[in-house]
Amino acid sequence: MNPTLLKIVVILVILLVVLNVSALLIWLERRLLALWQDRYGPNRVGPFGLLQVVADMIKIFFKEDWIPPFADKWVFVFAPAIIMITVLLTFAVIPFTPLFQITETNIALLFFLGMSSLGVYSIVLAAWASNNKYSLLGGMRAASQMLSYEVFMGLSMMGTVMLAGSFSLRRIVEAQQHIWFVIPQFLGFVLFLIAGIAETRRLPFDLPEAESELVAGFHSEYSGMKFGMFFVGEYLGVVLISALISVLFFGGWLGPVLPPVVWIVLKTLFFICFFILLRAAMPRPRFDQLMSWGWKWLLPLSLANLAITGAVVLARGR
Amino acid sequence: MWSIIRSLWLVLLHMFWPRFTVQYPDQKPYLAPRYRGRIILSRDPDGEERCVACYLCAVACPVDCISLQATEDPHGRRYPEWFRINFSRCIFCGLCEEACPTYAIQLTPDIELGEYNRQNLVYEKENLLIGGTGKYPGYNFWRVAGVQIEDKDKGQSEREAPPADLRTLLP
Amino acid sequence: MASLFYIAAIVAVLATILMLTRLNPVHALLYLTVSLLAVAVVFFTLGAPFMAALEVIVYAGAIMVLFVFVVMLLNLGKHTVDAERPLARPEAFTGPGILAAILLFEVVFVLARAQSRTFVLAQVGPREVGLSLYGPYLLGVELASILLLGALVGAYHVGSRRAQGRTGVVRSDRVRVAAGGDLVRAGDDRSSGPA
Repeated sequence: MNPTLLKIVVILVILLVVLNVSALLIWLERRLLALWQDRYGPNRVGPFGLLQVVADMIKIFFKEDWIPPFADKWVFVFAPAIIMITVLLTFAVIPFTPLFQITETNIALLFFLGMSSLGVYSIVLAAWASNNKYSLLGGMRAASQMLSYEVFMGLSMMGTVMLAGSFSLRRIVEAQQHIWFVIPQFLGFVLFLIAGIAETRRLPFDLPEAESELVAGFHSEYSGMKFGMFFVGEYLGVVLISALISVLFFGGWLGPVLPPVVWIVLKTLFFICFFILLRAAMPRPRFDQLMSWGWKWLLPLSLANLAITGAVVLARGR
Repeated sequence: MWSIIRSLWLVLLHMFWPRFTVQYPDQKPYLAPRYRGRIILSRDPDGEERCVACYLCAVACPVDCISLQATEDPHGRRYPEWFRINFSRCIFCGLCEEACPTYAIQLTPDIELGEYNRQNLVYEKENLLIGGTGKYPGYNFWRVAGVQIEDKDKGQSEREAPPADLRTLLP
Repeated sequence: MASLFYIAAIVAVLATILMLTRLNPVHALLYLTVSLLAVAVVFFTLGAPFMAALEVIVYAGAIMVLFVFVVMLLNLGKHTVDAERPLARPEAFTGPGILAAILLFEVVFVLARAQSRTFVLAQVGPREVGLSLYGPYLLGVELASILLLGALVGAYHVGSRRAQGRTGVVRSDRVRVAAGGDLVRAGDDRSSGPA
């Protein structure tokens, strides 16, 4: 087939699958949370409540699309689009299988970091444009939280980059033929997991939203599909971080017997479920605790991990 | 750190616990006979209205959802001309039931009051009045109260002495 | 690639001009961010993907977010827009305009002279950047890191609450410490200023 056409097909398939999966995640999360809290969750609409998402979508599309009169209109409209754009763009560099990857580049990880740091704008601008004190507090928390956790998120990935000798995600997966990087890079994995939760603003690090303190944080003033964009954007972020964890530390598509695509889906799904379990089990830390853990513990740990990995790689190379 | 892992594990184990949810529309929860649900107006054992239109329920109601108009039949028996309860305001506190001197107004264990049209939640007297006596089967206010009505003269009530003859001096 | 380069360059220039003329500071910062992103695309088309990624991560992603953060904290309202208005008159742009025109002329001249050469000289990947940073330019890297360390220590010192009794402490701080809390008593040390 024509390579351009093939690429377009791959892009469309990934876009469709990722968007539908993140929509289904809303259902999965509610069911799993219910399961872990001894409830049922949505089980009325359709088989196992699967059509609940469709019902929610219909509702959210037909809601009044309200822009507060005191808001900065253009920034207010533009902000939810940024998070969708940045997260969806990052899926371009994720190697789902050897064939199923939109673009192969030697700066894939840096691209992910750049996009995730641009994602902060969405939150900050939404918070500022809402012209609401709760929103602004949420936005400030989001900005400082995501900036500080981004620092050691990048550093925690560098161990795998050193072991694989490339920023290219495909090379990183191929370097895990013999041993998954989670074993030599366990500290890096834990740090990346924590940073990933903070980056997606999921519980227990959902301080920008913190509905028990800040109404709904940065998206207090949003309604209808603009709120839906933040909502789906969060789940897209969960899928993205789960896929990245499985690619960086758990050998991506590599695995015995089953075809590659099944392996990557299984691994990603496992981490998605883990994210939901975290939400079910963890309390929310205070904001100053969050910041001081980030800077006083996690950053030095990731630096130490980097130094040790570098020393070992250097010693082995000799 | 250890406590985090432990709580994650314990929450995960909840997967195998029974669920506490009552599947409501399929599986009705038990509602006690004295549950405070939809309000009704009951009747005497002989089939007449118990309500004497004393307005005590309307006064007791903290959200002012009860309104009525008193009237009398030709023999002096009071009854409400109309009686209206707005269930979209009612908070089911039961104060009207406590205030009622005749056990006429009662709360019942019926909680299914959902409506698409808010106007349908305004219940008139014909919607409120039931055929029976509700929670107090034997009680008949007009038979114990010393008030004269159509078929009962003074002194004919239960446990009521005959009225004193004011024109005689004999003990 | 050449057309991509020109599109990105035009976007960068336009965004920068719009940044200068915006009255609302947050809007101006947004245009500056767009300009930085366009510069990142320019780097990419010139064969320096690593530089492009760093531009996005460091400038657009971290530094500009901090700018937006600070501007958000300042609680600027309509009055700042009014205050900016006289600054944004056309006359204010004459000096920078002339200087920028000189630069523009130079750039056009250089481009016209070098039009035969291709843009992409070589792909500069992360490995090359790392090798040159820690090879010939090691001294520069070390100097920059010492500078940053100094800045870090300074920031820690400025932000430290236990600066009591050392030099550079204003008197109101001392009053606050003596009062045992964050509150300064009314009338205490308001007029005298720093000791």
